[in-house]
Amino acid sequence: MKTLKIEDLSKNFGTTEVLKKINLEIDEGNFLVLLGPSGCGKSTLLNIIAGLETINEGSVYIDDYNVSKVEPKDRNIAMVFQSYALYPSMNVRENMIFGLKQAKTSKEKIQEQLEKVSKFLQVDQLLERKPSQLSGGQRQRVAIGRALVREPRIFLFDEPLSNLDAKLRVEMRREIKKLHQQLKTTVVYVTHDQTEAMSLGTNIAIMNHGVIQQNDTPENIYNKPNNTFVADFIGSPSMNLIAGSLKQNSDKTSFIAEGSNLEIPINDYRFKEKSNLSNKEVFFGVRPEHIFSKKFNESDFEITLSAELSEYIGHEQIVTFNYSNQEILAKFPSTSKIEVNKELNLYFDLTQISIFDKNSKERI
Amino acid sequence: MQDNLQSSSYKHLEQKSKYTNLFLRWFLYFVLILFASYFIFPLYVMIVTSLKTMEEIRQGTLLTWPNGLNFDSWAVAWGGRGYGAGDTFLKPYFWNSIKMVVPAVFFSTFIGAMTGYVLTKWRFKGDQWVFLFLLFGCFIPFQAILLPMARTLGVLGISNSVIGLVLVHTVYGIPFTTLFFRNYYVSVPTELVKAARIDGAGFFKIFFKILLPISAPIIVVTVIWQFTQIWNDFLFGSTFSFGEAAPIQVALNNMVLSSTSVKEYNVDMASAIIAGIPTLIVYVLAGKYFIRGLTSGAVKG
Repeated sequence: MKTLKIEDLSKNFGTTEVLKKINLEIDEGNFLVLLGPSGCGKSTLLNIIAGLETINEGSVYIDDYNVSKVEPKDRNIAMVFQSYALYPSMNVRENMIFGLKQAKTSKEKIQEQLEKVSKFLQVDQLLERKPSQLSGGQRQRVAIGRALVREPRIFLFDEPLSNLDAKLRVEMRREIKKLHQQLKTTVVYVTHDQTEAMSLGTNIAIMNHGVIQQNDTPENIYNKPNNTFVADFIGSPSMNLIAGSLKQNSDKTSFIAEGSNLEIPINDYRFKEKSNLSNKEVFFGVRPEHIFSKKFNESDFEITLSAELSEYIGHEQIVTFNYSNQEILAKFPSTSKIEVNKELNLYFDLTQISIFDKNSKERI
Repeated sequence: MQDNLQSSSYKHLEQKSKYTNLFLRWFLYFVLILFASYFIFPLYVMIVTSLKTMEEIRQGTLLTWPNGLNFDSWAVAWGGRGYGAGDTFLKPYFWNSIKMVVPAVFFSTFIGAMTGYVLTKWRFKGDQWVFLFLLFGCFIPFQAILLPMARTLGVLGISNSVIGLVLVHTVYGIPFTTLFFRNYYVSVPTELVKAARIDGAGFFKIFFKILLPISAPIIVVTVIWQFTQIWNDFLFGSTFSFGEAAPIQVALNNMVLSSTSVKEYNVDMASAIIAGIPTLIVYVLAGKYFIRGLTSGAVKG
């Protein structure tokens, strides 16, 4: 039984297609993050799961029960919003029990739930306050509390941390993670922040233009991106994509960048399909953090490039190199001395590379 | 040496700017007082005249202070002289106006709040057209709809009645009240409505429990606007009602214009003030919310 299942879901606003044939499944207790740039349809998808938006095609199942036409309140879900959406005229207590009161829960049960949740979230001292008298973090906590008291099957979070300042965001992120570890409730979480997605999710679904690009564990998303969009979207700075072509000689496969004749041997790369690789136009993907200034592994590939620009950002520095007129970024510890406009020996970690078809942009 | 020179020249400049500022300040006060007296002058004349006897009015000028506080003319304006035919006084018409204004303000404000709520939080296909047509209502000259409205009231059987006037004012208030509430609710985050829907609240519950409690500023604005409009209306009042059912502005007109004997300026002035007092009271009581409500933007939750 899947806690949440989405089947061939399509949605359009007028003539704009927002979601195209989305398929998605979540197991009990998992934390799914919907990640993507703004306008990719992730919030719409969340609203559809909540029942706040109608569906054009396809269906949504919660616990194998088709809820596509069920009212939001009857879906056994709870949602936390970006603007917190606390009812301004009610105090914290009234905010938290509003849903239970609507559901005609008994007074004793309401009181019990309220006490339990407010203690758990440490808002029991704030019950009589109005939302306007709370700090950002407290509001966030009350909003989560309002969702918690209903004991939902699925928690929906719509960019809940975007309104907080950087420091508080990191704190609240950890709290949400702890919360999930303790409660083990299924979560669907929407964000455009990749750090949030990576640190919170047990699964990440990356979306673009209404299509899920990759739905996988954070490790696989980072190490084995499905296509160039995912490769480019995850990581900061994003993965270097060097245009070039493949060369196959008997058992040896190598990559040659455009405008260069240096062969990079990639015999150990696990291609999905071994055949027909010769002369294929590809992107060679290597992350800035997998380019070193010293040799670490025996398999590292040595290359001499000249540094063009160095950006110092405290704990590290990002250096731009010129590789036959293509820009390559590399990340080094800020302690290592890099001289601009000078040739430098670099080492590519070939165990961490990705290769994409230049036309289809898919991983091969 | 140079330093000394410079500091003395700065001192000179400082002095100069001090005098300029002083002069400008006094000039500002002068202009403000001038305009204030210009606007307050008619009110002064009205109050002073209403407190004089006819004898005093004939002998003195407009500006002379009355001999004493003589409220006789106010009593006449409010309660009449006590003889039968032809004695028009404001009291019954004042209550007519109250009976007309209170329900008309209430219904137009309430309906405007509802429409504003629907147009912002329950959007539907073509809602912007509905809003556009409602806005047309703000620009239609009321003279243009007098005949069709008279016919409508006749068909409904409520012409020449307070109920008829309530209907007319409610209907023609809706464009304005909708505009006010729509613009206010646009700034209220829609996520509030979503959260309430997930919590299980329906259309009316969300309106009454979530939105209406935070609408105080815009309600005040709307009530003041509608109260003033309806209370001061003469056109609809004189067209759709006569005799007993007339609102106070029509009665005031009848009183002042149709007296056959000597013009009693003191009674006229007292009547005019009585007819204006309720709007003044509303402004004094709620005026500060009026400005606040007009300028208030997003609701801070």
